[in-house]
Amino acid sequence: MAKVLVFIDNPGQALKKSSLELLTIARSLGEPAVAFNGELHDDAAAALAAYGVQALYRPSAADLDDYLVGPKASYLAAAVQTSGATVVLTENSAEGKEIAARLSIKLGAGVITDVVAVDPDGTAHKSVLAGSYTTTAKATTPVSVLTVKPNSITPEPAVTGTAPEAVTIEVPETATAASARVTARSEKPASGRPDLTEARIVVAGGRGVDGNFGPLEELADALGAAIGASRAATDAGWIGHDAQIGQTGKTVSPQLYISAGISGAIQQKAGMQTAKVIVAVNKDAESPVFEIADFGVVGDLFQVLPQATAEIKKRKG
Amino acid sequence: MEEILKIIVLVKHVPDTQFDRHLTGEANTVDRSESILSELDEYALEAALQLTEARGGEAAGNKVIALSMGPAGAVNAVKKSLQIGATEGVHLSDEALAGSDAAATSLALAAAIRHLGADAPADLILTGMASTDGETSLVPAQLAERLGLPQVTFAASLDLDAGKLTARRDGDTHADTIEAELPAVVSVTDQINDPRYPNFKGIMAAKKKTITTLSLADIGVDAAQVGKAGSWTAVETAEARPPRTAGTIITDEGDAGIQLVEFLAAQKLL
Repeated sequence: MAKVLVFIDNPGQALKKSSLELLTIARSLGEPAVAFNGELHDDAAAALAAYGVQALYRPSAADLDDYLVGPKASYLAAAVQTSGATVVLTENSAEGKEIAARLSIKLGAGVITDVVAVDPDGTAHKSVLAGSYTTTAKATTPVSVLTVKPNSITPEPAVTGTAPEAVTIEVPETATAASARVTARSEKPASGRPDLTEARIVVAGGRGVDGNFGPLEELADALGAAIGASRAATDAGWIGHDAQIGQTGKTVSPQLYISAGISGAIQQKAGMQTAKVIVAVNKDAESPVFEIADFGVVGDLFQVLPQATAEIKKRKG
Repeated sequence: MEEILKIIVLVKHVPDTQFDRHLTGEANTVDRSESILSELDEYALEAALQLTEARGGEAAGNKVIALSMGPAGAVNAVKKSLQIGATEGVHLSDEALAGSDAAATSLALAAAIRHLGADAPADLILTGMASTDGETSLVPAQLAERLGLPQVTFAASLDLDAGKLTARRDGDTHADTIEAELPAVVSVTDQINDPRYPNFKGIMAAKKKTITTLSLADIGVDAAQVGKAGSWTAVETAEARPPRTAGTIITDEGDAGIQLVEFLAAQKLL
């Protein structure tokens, strides 16, 4: 049976949903193994066991987080060799893709990014050109590396749990030689809202919010949604750049995308047109966003959103 | 005294994102007929120009080399870079390169970068944060791995001093300060600067600048190492996503917020 190695960077207190998705996909492809970095807390270890992880690897070095990507890729390459894995799964974040990139060169392995589904034979499904095409692709090499987007599959624990013992992988001493070093780190204050790329619902604002994201935040909190923005809104400094959705920002594929005060130029569409349901509120009836909206309101977002928020709160009691 | 810099900026000729884009042919490659210099590469070029101008620019011996790999049309990305201010241009072009995936692309670019560094290695390889067509963001990291160099990706600021670079990187949960020895591969975000437009003087000056065309033979790469044959992945099928169609559009007459919630409830989204 094929061995499938999942990389989980800093599992934290409890595994993220995206990690559980990777484990579920791994099990559908073969025998799942995990290489983690950082501390493994009891709850996270229990989740790995519940998801049927057969083999567990930890790095010999504790300082991999002090460097950008390079040493993590070296560790993972050693873990692939020890485990005999033929498929490696990582998350689709910027760092996940870069680790996959360096790993692929070390192993001579084909890498496919932005994967949303994997067939049992290793064929990967993804969308390209900002969601305008869906493609299938396959690595032509003995080992393949896939970076998988969040919200691709419903996580499911294994029928039979396991009790994997962590094996230490020696990180080569040369791994840190030609690597950039993180010399200072400042944590950003947590918003308490879900992560934008993983959120089930996204409420996004553009030029029309005119500096006031208040009504969007209230709606988002009533729905348990993440907040996003068009480039016009981030460039105006109304909200942080990490909220930007679009060609030069993040790509989101939520169940529901509520667009408020965004005209919906093609670059914005590029970041959200694979959302299941799109709702748009805009004053201008000619806005291109109405061409792709499942439900559109031509109206003032400062009237419509608070009314919707109040109605949701009323219904939810 | 400030050091003299040799910077290679990777520029890509990509389909304009303002218009609909298509896949074409049996290999499902990107249709490049309506192409421009990738918007995201302009930030890398601007960063290179600012770093070299602070050290006396071209007159002091600093070099900004715009390198593009691609079919004949890709020379336009190089020309535009020269108009904006790059000191020389290099176009890596060979029929055998068509259909290269990220691994094959990084192999060819690494060989071209070694070739261009034969007399004096580049201090810095600069790229945009992604191509706006492939969008995989793999090539900078693969290039760094192939060249054995540190990589600093998604730099939102970049300073060089005494053979060392310092960059700021903004993540979702934290912001990092990064240091690396030169040479290094650095990709920059669209937050790092405001790229300049080519002006008349720049356009005239570009006409006198040299564009070197390199073939695979020039950089010592075998045709079998690149293109479809040298790629480690293959696209098997491609299907255009059915266009989204407009749904119900209403004009607010005082109760649109409630109608909106009714729509969400009907879709079981509450």
